[in-house]
Amino acid sequence: MNAAVLRLAAGARRRPLSLTACAALVAALVLLPLGFTLWQAISYGGGDAAELLFRPIVARLAGNTALIVLASTASCAVAGTASAWLVERTRLPGHKLWALLCVAPLAIPPFITSFAWVSISPDLQGFWGAWLVLTTAYTPLVYLPVSAVLRNMDPALEETARALGLSPWSCFLRVTLPQLKPALLGGMLLVALSTLSEFGAFMLLHFHTFTTEIYAEYRASFDSAGASLLASVLMAAGVLILLAELRVRGQSRYQRLDRGARRAAGRLALGWKRWPALAWLLLQASATLLAPIATILYWTLQPGADAVTPAEVSPQLLLSATASSLGLGLSAAALTTLLALPLGYLLARHPGRLAHLLERVVYLAQGVPGIVIALALVNLAIQWLKPLYQSAAMLALAYAIMFLPLALVSVRSALLQAESRLEELARSLGLNWWQSLWRVVLPLAAPGLGAAASLVFVSVITELTATLLLAPIGTETLATQVWADTAALAFAAAAPYAAILIALSLSATWLLMSCLGRGAVLDGQAQPWNQQEDPPCRN
Amino acid sequence: MKTKKLIAALLAGGLLAASQLSLAASLVLYNAQHPQTIKLLTDDFEKMSGIGVKIRSGEGPELSAQLLAEGKASPADVYFASNSPELMLLEGKQMLAKLPAATLSPIPARYSSPQGEWVGVMARENVLVFNNKLAAGAQMPASLLDLARPQWKGKLAIAPSDGDFLPLVSAVRALKGEPATLAWLKGLRDNAQTFDDNEGVVAAVNRGGVAVGVINNYYWTRLQVELGSKGMHSQLYHFGNADVGALINVSGAGILKTAHNADAAHKFLAYLVSPRAQQLIAKSNITFEYPLLPSVAPAPQLKPFNQLNPPPLDMQKLGDDSQSAKLLRQAGLL
Repeated sequence: MNAAVLRLAAGARRRPLSLTACAALVAALVLLPLGFTLWQAISYGGGDAAELLFRPIVARLAGNTALIVLASTASCAVAGTASAWLVERTRLPGHKLWALLCVAPLAIPPFITSFAWVSISPDLQGFWGAWLVLTTAYTPLVYLPVSAVLRNMDPALEETARALGLSPWSCFLRVTLPQLKPALLGGMLLVALSTLSEFGAFMLLHFHTFTTEIYAEYRASFDSAGASLLASVLMAAGVLILLAELRVRGQSRYQRLDRGARRAAGRLALGWKRWPALAWLLLQASATLLAPIATILYWTLQPGADAVTPAEVSPQLLLSATASSLGLGLSAAALTTLLALPLGYLLARHPGRLAHLLERVVYLAQGVPGIVIALALVNLAIQWLKPLYQSAAMLALAYAIMFLPLALVSVRSALLQAESRLEELARSLGLNWWQSLWRVVLPLAAPGLGAAASLVFVSVITELTATLLLAPIGTETLATQVWADTAALAFAAAAPYAAILIALSLSATWLLMSCLGRGAVLDGQAQPWNQQEDPPCRN
Repeated sequence: MKTKKLIAALLAGGLLAASQLSLAASLVLYNAQHPQTIKLLTDDFEKMSGIGVKIRSGEGPELSAQLLAEGKASPADVYFASNSPELMLLEGKQMLAKLPAATLSPIPARYSSPQGEWVGVMARENVLVFNNKLAAGAQMPASLLDLARPQWKGKLAIAPSDGDFLPLVSAVRALKGEPATLAWLKGLRDNAQTFDDNEGVVAAVNRGGVAVGVINNYYWTRLQVELGSKGMHSQLYHFGNADVGALINVSGAGILKTAHNADAAHKFLAYLVSPRAQQLIAKSNITFEYPLLPSVAPAPQLKPFNQLNPPPLDMQKLGDDSQSAKLLRQAGLL
């Protein structure tokens, strides 16, 4: 290798300043509404703030919020890991089908699941209902990264442990689980943050948390200072969760040093135990998919209760709501993926203190309810960006801020998989940085970017709070229509919108899986998710 | 190359669909009334006048707050409130335009703005809904204030964060003073299960989750339409003796001073108080609120309007709800 090439290679490793600036700018964009909310809370008088914060209801809400976060994180961790192990490591009949069924719930937003459960039986409200709904909705967040690691793990360690006389169970606890730790913790982090910011489900299930109270506060008083104060507490909780995850994870990385030939781990024969295992997976699939879909179909076939529906369901209305959802979803998906690129590139190619700090800042957005971000943007827009106020562009920007964490995870792992050596080769052949990005890196990373975009798309079309607040006047989306009807107890009227919404979001999820290559979900071709985290999902 | 095409396609598709969103319209309406009610009226108005209406729907206090924040930059022409105090608030901030006598005169003056800056369109009565089984044999309270007494512990449902609850608090405050109101609210806090909205209260009482609930009359009738008479396991109780619990809330509309389409806005308000619109409100089988035009009879399911027995409160005395949220917070209900 001659000196010029060496110098070029070294140049490629140096962090371009413009890239860092772009990444920092994107992180600043996320901080803008969060900072504004904080500033609003601070400008609230000290005495008034204390009065607002230290009232009995706040203590109760804090208790509820902590309880549901802990409970759903724990149950998702157990359910996700158990299913991943069954699907990846046992000789279960039809494990490919189960693998798909374990991911599919990502397509059904918790507020739709809640709508289904509530309309089946009103007894499913309160804490137990909320726990059930959130567990079913968020388990894939743990399943995805954990199953990816199980697929790609070197089986030699486990085999050695078994050969030394460990039972399968203790082998799992002492050998497999430690290797799963980063992926499991990453998944749990996202479950915790998503639970923290969940709104629609809690509202429908009458379970009161900080998020529902922020909304009530905003509805019942003529200023948003009280709401911003509560939102700041929520942000603090988000920071705590992020710190806790960092502490527990420490610097543990489980990477193989050799790049030897990979082989799949052996699958365990379950014997009679396969029946309870199958029953477990079947139960999970029915709770997450069958119940909501069957309920929606049931209500679709009911005579429409015209008397109490905001909009008598007409093909034209369905079409325009679908068009709005599609338009907003597609443009926000493109914008968000674009915004995730600089930071994703920085994390993939030049990881360091700064990159990780920016990444954590972006993650913080995941723990803040959409209503808070949307409110901050309403205020910011009215004061400084009048022309943007109540425009579709403003809403797309809000989505981008909210779902950047989602896009970032996929974009980063996509760029990690695009071999940096190919990029360096392109540079040494005389392409400049931008050219090599456009002609080499992006095409290589395309599937991962597609995955990021479809994840954002799913989240956007099922998003509720920001859409309600920021949508241009007269714009109805599928989600807002479902919401309007459900709030008026017109389940039959809401069903067609819910059905289209789920169909759209299932197709996007299918696209997501095909973007990742079937290997992501079905066999050990590629390792789509970075070992520490996976795509979050929120609504 | 694929990536480029993908991004281009995404952007193009997004823009195309986004451009589909904006329809030509010539009236912007901020609406705190139920979307289904307003849809009925605006569809008819569009058909009749050819003027398009764009609607932003939300909770009353939320939209009032948004209008205050928007100030002069507001895109709104008309505000249709769910309860009169929201309009009093905007009137107090000098945001509403004077209405012509022709718009005000069809409606009895006591249901409209004292300054003539908004007009009453329809009204709802505050009632108690009780479950047939759970409240069987229970003595219904003579006054709304009795619900704070210990014998109602665990038997009561309320929706303190619903926009409809605030005027009730304002009414108690106007009639009984602040300390008594706070004591009453604290009693409610100890006794009540709270729900997010009136729909939640009426559904819970009807299925036997709780014995009685405080709601506006039309929520019960709507549930009856949704579930059919067989599905109803509850009834309404009307407070008597001009008790504060029999409060009549007026839902009305006003025109913003900053309206961009003042002509269309005036046409729309004139339409709202016309016999045609008032008949629609009465006969639609959707709204179940009382039309305020004296010549139009309400839906047959409702107790006749002249038999209601509301407390002696005028719009001015009821005020603008600004103190009610504070009291709810002090009592621990918010």
